[in-house]
Formats: sequence, structure tokens, C-alpha cells
Amino acid sequence: MQRSSLSGQRLVAVFMVGCFLFNYPVLAVFDRARSLFGAPLVFVYLFAVWAALIGLMAWVVERRERHERGGN
Amino acid sequence: MLQGPVVIAVSFCYLALLFAVAYWGDKRADQGRSVIANPTIYALSMAVYCTTWTYYGSVGRAAVSGVGFLPIYLGPTLVMALGGFLILKMIRTAKANRITSIADFIASRYGKSQLLGGLVTVIAVIGVIPYIALQLKAVSGSYDLIVGYPALIAPKEGSPVLADTTFYIALILAAFTILFGTRHLDATERHEGMVAAVALESVVKLVAFGAVGLFVTFVLYDGAGDIFRRALEDPQLAKLTAVAADSRSYATWFSLTLLAGLAILMLPRQFQVTVVENVSEAHLKRAIWLFPLYLFLINLFVLPIALGGLMRFAGQGMDADSFVLTLPMSAQQELLALLVFVGGLSAATGMVIVETIALSTMVCNDLVMPLLLRTRALALHAERDLSGLLLGIRRGAIVVVLLLGYFYFRLAGDAYALVGIGLISFAAVAQFAPALIGGMYWRGGTRDGALAGLSAGFAVWAYTLLLPSFAKSGWLPARFISDGPFAIELLKPHQLFGLAGLDDISHCLFWSFAANIGAYVVVSLLRPPTAAEASQATQFVDALKTTRPVGSALWRGSADAGELIALVGRFLGPRRAEAAFAAYARRRGVDDAARLEADADLVHHAESLLTGAIGSASARAMVASVAKEEPLSLAEVMNILDEASQLRTYSRELERKSRELEAATSELKAANDRLLELDRLKDDFIASVSHELRTPLTSIRAFSEILRDSPHAPLAERERFLGIIVSETERLTRLVNQILDMAKIESGNVDWRVEDVDLKSVIEQSAEATGQLFLDKGVRLELDLSPAVPTVRADRDHVMQVVINLLSNAVKFAPARAGRVCIRLGRDADGVRVRVEDNGPGIRSEDREVIFERFRQGGDSLTGKPTGTGLGLPISRKIVEYFGGRLWVESERGQGAAFVFVLPAA
Amino acid sequence: MTRKILIADDEQNIVISVEFLMKREGYAVSVAADGEEALTKIRAEKPDLVLLDVMMPKKNGFEICQEVRADAALAGVRILMLTARGRDTEVAKGLAIGADAYMTKPFSTRELVEKVRELLG
Repeated sequence: MQRSSLSGQRLVAVFMVGCFLFNYPVLAVFDRARSLFGAPLVFVYLFAVWAALIGLMAWVVERRERHERGGN
Repeated sequence: MLQGPVVIAVSFCYLALLFAVAYWGDKRADQGRSVIANPTIYALSMAVYCTTWTYYGSVGRAAVSGVGFLPIYLGPTLVMALGGFLILKMIRTAKANRITSIADFIASRYGKSQLLGGLVTVIAVIGVIPYIALQLKAVSGSYDLIVGYPALIAPKEGSPVLADTTFYIALILAAFTILFGTRHLDATERHEGMVAAVALESVVKLVAFGAVGLFVTFVLYDGAGDIFRRALEDPQLAKLTAVAADSRSYATWFSLTLLAGLAILMLPRQFQVTVVENVSEAHLKRAIWLFPLYLFLINLFVLPIALGGLMRFAGQGMDADSFVLTLPMSAQQELLALLVFVGGLSAATGMVIVETIALSTMVCNDLVMPLLLRTRALALHAERDLSGLLLGIRRGAIVVVLLLGYFYFRLAGDAYALVGIGLISFAAVAQFAPALIGGMYWRGGTRDGALAGLSAGFAVWAYTLLLPSFAKSGWLPARFISDGPFAIELLKPHQLFGLAGLDDISHCLFWSFAANIGAYVVVSLLRPPTAAEASQATQFVDALKTTRPVGSALWRGSADAGELIALVGRFLGPRRAEAAFAAYARRRGVDDAARLEADADLVHHAESLLTGAIGSASARAMVASVAKEEPLSLAEVMNILDEASQLRTYSRELERKSRELEAATSELKAANDRLLELDRLKDDFIASVSHELRTPLTSIRAFSEILRDSPHAPLAERERFLGIIVSETERLTRLVNQILDMAKIESGNVDWRVEDVDLKSVIEQSAEATGQLFLDKGVRLELDLSPAVPTVRADRDHVMQVVINLLSNAVKFAPARAGRVCIRLGRDADGVRVRVEDNGPGIRSEDREVIFERFRQGGDSLTGKPTGTGLGLPISRKIVEYFGGRLWVESERGQGAAFVFVLPAA
Repeated sequence: MTRKILIADDEQNIVISVEFLMKREGYAVSVAADGEEALTKIRAEKPDLVLLDVMMPKKNGFEICQEVRADAALAGVRILMLTARGRDTEVAKGLAIGADAYMTKPFSTRELVEKVRELLG
């Protein structure tokens, strides 16, 4: 019970981090005429953060699942 | 191969495939071997979110606003992170209350209000039907384009209705939806075949879009880097690679993220697949990341395709919305173009099917049934079996919804009111958010509040988005936007009350939410919730708690079991009703359903069966018509809820207590373990002390007895023995003293006299005191004392004890005659440092800490048995540490040892 | 024939006293100051009796006792263990692994001499 509320909190944290990184003013920091790996900086930034968030979410929920199975 | 007949044949083959998959899915469900009981299928079905508006429209949006299309997918990604709370609560509530649509969800929450359900339905229909029309338009547009091959521009004039392929596609979709959406009236209202087909469509559109993305990026161009490099050379295109031209764009960005995040919860089709069609709560876990991953993948190539298209068709005035299709066509990739077309078809049909099912359920349960029950109430009651009528209404609603969509598409054509509907539609359904989310977390929300909020929000939405879209389409005078109605400045729909500086979506979102939330909260606070509202509020707000009061606790009255069964039978069909009640009777341990006691629980069961079929509000009304309910007063409801919440409090309290007990038990166990460990240490200590005391005692006793028993031993020998006795006695005394010292320090009973101590004089005095030892063994003692060393705060006598101890240790291990001991005093970053070096054999690395333990002496065959108590170093370390310093040893085997201590400067 | 006794103890003064006692009784005495030296001398000299201290550097008395008992060539060697750790468990342990007798320190010199006589008699 405690563990699942912990991953719940982790997911909320992911949500808040996402809100923070996907909006002004952090977004404005990366929103400039620069290229990274040949692609516009903001494009790379958005997709990288997006992928990282998805990875985090997967890690949080799938990890809990394993634990629960292991516990049974 | 892109002639009309081929394309049509492929399209219908594809639709036939959907029928087959859906048929197979339903078949398997009937056999109890569900194909959709799978978290991946669940996540894929959620991807019905991606319609043609994504499939074709994202590229179009990207061609205008660059990465500006992304918030539509970032918002849902973020909301999915909250899915564990929010969506789980929605699913659990919906299942517990047999809720089958978002209108029913909101109506049920606010006391099963028919009025509220109707209002939600109306908003949904007005907001969503144009969106259905948009899907049909996309199908039609892509068809016209592809059959025009090799030309890349579609003919302007459309075909008459009866010759319009789209019309037939709409009809087929209606047939599909009727077949797989209204097979039976189920209490859970799940459509497994439909979900299976939708999941397949999600795969198809992702594959098709991915294929065209790869084709454009790697075949037409030389990878994404190439596209971006070329685009950046064109200042017009370079602008598309940034979010913002000004800070206003960030406001738009935020609004769109919020809007899309709400839409993923509020769109009727999303509610359908996410909540109603959910098979198992456990599936949500995978969807939390898999659905965002889907969105991520389908958006990866949007910007490259948009930029690629803009560069390839530069100056040709091509519609960016059709780049996905025209790019492969322009490269003569007919097969790919066909695949893209099928992908678009799947994006459209998936959306249309699910949305139509959701809307038809709402229209039937929350609009038509309440009206029928009201206007023809008596006649309806007289009818035996209404299940046929009910299914008829559903099917009729499906056809009507689809035809409305089709004719709106025909009517609106290329008007802004259709083209721009995506976000407008999102903004309409977003109006459900305050009532829905507020209702899930706030007990105080009332029916009147929800009605007021929804009406106000909807009105503002219509005024600031819908009417202007009509004006832009030329259906209203353009002055409506530019000057405001009746030329009233303050009422300009895009700058309401003079609020300028926001794009129209953000502007609508701001005013409509202000009105919606404001009215919802204020009106809710005008009066306390009624009994019905309070009991439903508890069901919703406490949905995730384990001990929820069941609905039956809140019903009192009398009823007749036979009548109830007959009532349910009229809507579900007698056979289904009998089966349902027989199963219920078995659960209650009664063999014949007719002999069931008509208690609150049975009434509740009947009502929930009906809710699945006709919605909560109508179900309540129907049950009330056969069961005499004695209305509970608010006070009584509150009492029942209080009791339930007290029970809940008790059980929580119990849980907490038992957790505390568990914690206390483990703490006790740990404490006990520590005590046992201490006991063991004490035992070890006593054993060591006893060993250390017995050793000198052994010599003393042995030599005393020898002297007693051998009176005639030679004088020299007697003197030698007496000498040993004396020195062993001294050793014993030292030992006893040090044990007392140690015990005192450890128990904290030392009278420390803290003063400023000059280490230089301490060292000199210690050197003097140990001088004889050095002389006796022929060891040289060198002093290297830095003159400018600050004093330390410590107990002078005890510090001297440490220095003497280190010096005697050093001389003990230094080789006789060749021995050399050096004591250095100096400044250090940490304070004042004293270092005692010898040129003895050194200390093995594994012994470097051991020697600071009690009774653990260094020394082996190389060093011989050291003389000493084994307490000197532990005591010294304790003393140094007491004054905030450190004592340690640095040594290499065979290189001598250096004992160092540092005391903080005063 | 003179009986040979090996005194194995790391406490020099105890060695001196026991050596004196044993020599006074007419035994041939040799001395070892740690466990390894003791074992080497037992193998080399095959003494009739070892007066074995338990707490010694390098190898303790228990280990030596076990190794001696495991070595068939040393079957005739008797072992009298001496220890300053007087706990019953240790006496029991010593006897269990094959010591012939056990005395705790400090011991009565008369009893020690008697015990030695008894073991060699």
C-alpha cells in the first residue's frame, strides 16, 4: 500500500516536472535559433523531454508491477 | 492503380476487415475468451484520440505554426501521468455505478439529474458532430485527391450525395456501429469487437504515418538533418522551427496543452474507450506510458513531413493538410499513397465509430428516454418489453448522428466552421471539466451549481468560438467579429470586455472557464447539497476508498421483487433480466429469484441493472415508479454517511494502530537485538578483562609458590623471581587503573577540566616523563616542535596521558639501540597536529583499526608479544575524540608507524 | 628415559615459571612462544606432553590441539591446556577436541605438577 502510494507520488512528480519543462519560461530557454544534431534546438528539446517523461512513467508503473508480483 | 474503382475496392476491403475483426472480437467475448483483455489493446484503443485531424491535420498545423501542433499531444501525455489517480477513480466510479457515458457520469454525480444529463448530451452533440463531419470531409478530400492522380490538386466541385463515396462510407460506418455497438443492451455496455477493431485501426494509422514519414525523410530527403538544414536556409521556414514569435505564443502553447489534457478525459469517445470499455483496472498501468508513447511516435515525423512538403511544393499553393498524401503521389509511390489513404480512412472511421456509439448512448439515455418516459409515461409503463424500443432508439440515434455529421460536412464544405472545428470541439467538451473533476473531489458541488457552470461555460464558448466560426464562414456578418454585435465594442467575441492580446482559443478558454468555474462554485455554495446529491457525492468522492458506503444503504422504502424483475425485464428483455436476477439470487443464497426479499439491496441492484441500459437518471425514475421510496431527509442521509465515514475512520484507525504495533514490534525486536549484542560485547569485555587480569596473576602466583616451595633456591634466582613478581604486580596495577579509566570515560564520569592547553609544553613534559624508557632501550627521541602553534581547548592531564601513551608505544616497538622516535607538532587545516613516528616494524593494514579496539594488541612473531594492557590506544582515542579531534595511525609494513592526532585549535 | 615437555605460551614470565617447575621435576623442557612455533616443535620433537596456552599469536591452542589429534604420527603426545579464559564452555571445547586435561590460570603449581605427573604416569 505504501509502495503504490509512492509510485503515485512519483507519477504526480513526473506530471509536475512535465508541466514545468513544457511551458514558459523553461521552454523559452530552448526556443532559440540554434541547431542540435542538425535539428532545431527546441524540436530536439521537446522530443527528448517527452521521451524522458514517457520513460520515467514506464519505469514508475512497470517497476511497481514487478514488485507487486514479486510480493505475492 | 489509383483509379477510383481500385481505391473504392481497397476501402471497402479494409472496412470488411474491420467487420471481420469486430465480429471475431465479439465472438471471442461471447466465448469468454476476450481478445481485448490485454493492456496493449487497451492503450491502442485510447489512440482513437488521433483522428484525421492528427493524421492529416498535424502536418497542416506544423506547416503554419511549426512545433505548435505538439501541445495537442503533450497535454494528454501529462494527464496520463495523473491517470493513476484521475482515470482510475473515473473507472472505478463508473463501474460501481454502471455508468456508460460521460453525460451519465455527470448526471449521476449530481443526484442522478435528468436535466444535467440532457444538458451534457446537448453540449456534446453540438461540440462533437462537426468533428465527425470533419472526419468525413477528410475521407472525402483524400479520396478526391487520390483518384485525381497523377494530378495533385483535387477538383473543387463535389459530387451529388448519391454519387458520393463518403456518403456510402458513412452508411457503412452506421451499419458497423449498429452491428457492433448495439448488439445487446448490456448492463456494462461494453463492445469488445468494436474495441478490437479500433485497436487495429490505431496500428494501421501509425504504420501508415510512419511509412510516409520514413519515405519523406529518408527517400525524398537525406534524413531529418538534411530537411532541417535546408529549411533553416529559408528564413520563412526557419520561423517554423521555433515555438514563439512573441510571449503570446507561449500563452497559446499553455492553453492548447491544458485544452488537450482536458479533452483526453472529456471527449465522449475517450470516455468510452478509457472508462466504459475498460476491462481491468490493471490495464491502466500500461496505458499510462504506452498511450503517450503512441502519441510520441505518431508525431515524430510531423515536422519533417511539413518542412519537406513546403520545400518540395514551394510556390505551388498546395494544401499542407494533404502533404501526407500528395508527397508520395508526387514521387509516383502509388502503393504508399494507397497505404496513406487507408491509414487516413482508419483514423477517420475509428473516431467516427467510437464517437457515434458514445453519442448515441448519451442521446438515447439522457435525451430521448427521459422525454419518452415523461411524455408518454403511462403508455410506456403499460408496454411489456421495451428492450426492442430501446435498441431501436439507439440505432436511430446512431444513424441520425452520422447523417447529421455527413450533412454538416456537405453543408459546411470548406467553411472555417468545419476546418477549424478541432480545437473548437475540444473547447466545448472541456466545459465538462469543472463539473466532472470538481464532482470527483468536492462534496459540496450541487446539481444547480453544475447546471449553472455548464450553461455559463457553454454559452461563453458558443459566443466566443462557435458564433465567430460561423461569421468566418460567412454565415453571420463579418462585422460580428470585427465590431461586435450591434457594434458594441465590449462584446466583440474575440476580445470580450476588451480583453485583447490572447489568441481566440486562449481567450475562449479564459472566459468560459471563468464563467463555468465561477458559476459552478458560487451556485453550489448557495445551498447545501440535497440528500440525493450528498449520497452520490460520497459515492464519487470516496470511490477509491476501500470501505465505501453502498448505494443500498441510502434507500428506504418498500417494493415488490416481482415488479422489480418485470421492470428490468421491460428494458433489458425478460430473458436477460431473469438471468441477471437468478445470478443475483444465487449470490444471496436464494434458489428462486421470485422469492427474493425486496429489500434496499435488491432495489439497488435493479436500479444499477437499469442504469447500464438507460442511464442513471432514467433508471432512478423507473425504479421510483414501482418501488415506494420513503424519501430520506438530508439529515438522515448525513447520518448514514457519517456512520459510514465513522466506520471508515475506525477501520483506518485500526489499520494505523496495527501498522504502529508492527512498527513497535520491530523496534522492540531491534532494541532486543541491540541489547543482546551489548550483552555479548559486555561478556566479551569481561572475558578479556578476566584474561588480562589472570595472566599477570598466574606469574605472580606461580613464582610466589615456587619461592615458598623452594627455600633453597640460589639467591640470584630468588631475586629474579621476586623481580618478576614485582613487575607483574605493576602491570596488574596499570591494568586495573586503565580499566577504571576506560570505564569512567565510557560511562561519562570523567571530570574533564577544559582549559587552553599549550601542546608544546605538554609534549616537552611527556618527553621528560618517558625519558628513562628511551635511555633504557637506547632509542633516540627527536622533538620537532613548530613554535607558532595555537593552543587547544582540552584537559591538560588527559592530553599528556595520550602523548605519553603514544611515546611509550613508539619506544616499545622501536628497535633497541638503533631505534629512533620523532615527535612533531604542527599546524593543520583541522587544527593542531601531533605526529609520533617510530622506525619499528610498522603495522599491517588489516590491523590499523584493530589496534584501537580494547585488548587488541598489534604484534606477531615479528614484533614479539608486546607488553601493555591493550587499553592505551582505545583510551587515547576516546580522549582525543572527546575534545573533537581524531587519532589514527599511518604505517607501511616495515617502514615504521606514525600515530597522529589532531585537536581543533582554540 | 627422560620425559620431554613442550611449553607453548606467549607470556614470557609464565614460561619461565613453568619451565622452572618442570625442570625441577626432572623433565626435559623446550619452549615455544607462538602457535606456529609450537606446532613445528611438536612435530620435530614429539614431546610426551605439551603444556598448551589457548590464547597465542598466529595459531591458538584449540587449532594446535586439533592438528595434533589429526596427525597419527603424534598419537603419543599428551596435551594439557592452560588458559586464562576460565569459562566452562571453553573447558568443554578444549576437552571435546582432544585435550587430555585442562587447567585455568592462575593455577596452583602443586596441582600443575601433580597433573603433569598423572598424565605422564
